[in-house]
Amino acid sequence: MTQAECVECGGDVSLYDDLEVGEIIDCGTCGAELEVIDVSPPVLDRAPELEEDWGE
Amino acid sequence: MKVGLLYSRIRKDEKLLLAELRDRGHEVEKIDVRKERFGLESTTANVEDLDIVVDRCLSTSRSLYASRFLDSYGVPVVNGPETADVCADKAKNSLALAEAGVPTPATEVAFTTDAALEAIEEFGYPCVLKPVVGSWGRLMAKIESRSAAEAILEHKATLGHYEHKVFYVQEFVDKPGRDIRVVAVDGEPVAAMTRTSDHWLTNAAKGGEVTAFEVDETVADLVKTASDAVGGGLLGVDLMEVGGEGSGEYTVHEVNHTVEFKALNSAVETDVPAAVVDWLETKAEAAAGNDDDAVEVTAP
Repeated sequence: MTQAECVECGGDVSLYDDLEVGEIIDCGTCGAELEVIDVSPPVLDRAPELEEDWGE
Repeated sequence: MKVGLLYSRIRKDEKLLLAELRDRGHEVEKIDVRKERFGLESTTANVEDLDIVVDRCLSTSRSLYASRFLDSYGVPVVNGPETADVCADKAKNSLALAEAGVPTPATEVAFTTDAALEAIEEFGYPCVLKPVVGSWGRLMAKIESRSAAEAILEHKATLGHYEHKVFYVQEFVDKPGRDIRVVAVDGEPVAAMTRTSDHWLTNAAKGGEVTAFEVDETVADLVKTASDAVGGGLLGVDLMEVGGEGSGEYTVHEVNHTVEFKALNSAVETDVPAAVVDWLETKAEAAAGNDDDAVEVTAP
């Protein structure tokens, strides 16, 4: 398990080994939704807001 | 095989699929549609040499266009754009089901608040107002009085995107606190679950409790017919029991074309992503058999 920095609060975010680019993870400190931009090394950014046409 | 995966967000569903594909030694090309451009003859996306592309776009609009463009280049894509087109729109979905003789809730579409109010009054209370495009139970209204109807219609007419001025009014089906989700591949059920909630919306995304459901012959027949009606593919067919739990009588309220299956996978013994990948392998093989014309797609 590796760690990256939350772009919202600066806290450490724990990352699983099977991390995928495009995955959304929650910051355990501030609760922000973060998108995985890169995995090697891990880079996180704020996740896009929910849009009206999202779903299945 | 070499599989493309169209996405803009990797959910647990996509992770399950990716893991299954990679475990079997398939090469995966993840295509983030937010980064690509789609021209009339070619795309920046690396779709050359792909045996099949799976559309897993979270965004309906992106799913519709990306699958349409890939199909136009001759790239095999599941679900196909025709299926996406029908499933993405509740009005088209209802029409397709009705035309195929699948029992589906009575539905009317109106284009003005006055006409919508007439439809609502004719259905009586409660009835349901849904956006024609939408998912996860968002913006669904169970209307219990004329005053509520007037308020909701006014809000939709004032605040909404133009699609909210297409008023999709439906009878309220008094289901037994649960509905049924069947995931199927080209009409063949993979697995099914019930989604139970005290709320009238029982979607798993709304917190409905999921339990495995055994598909009976009636449900299997309805799923096959519903799947064929929308063009087939990897689909989530949603049914409600009419006349109470175990009545054996069903109505199909919708078919979903970018179906989520993580909740189903946790509720049933069937390995859902494995079944999906089995099907993808079959589809890729069939596409290769039909593909004597080599696909050549270059960046625009």
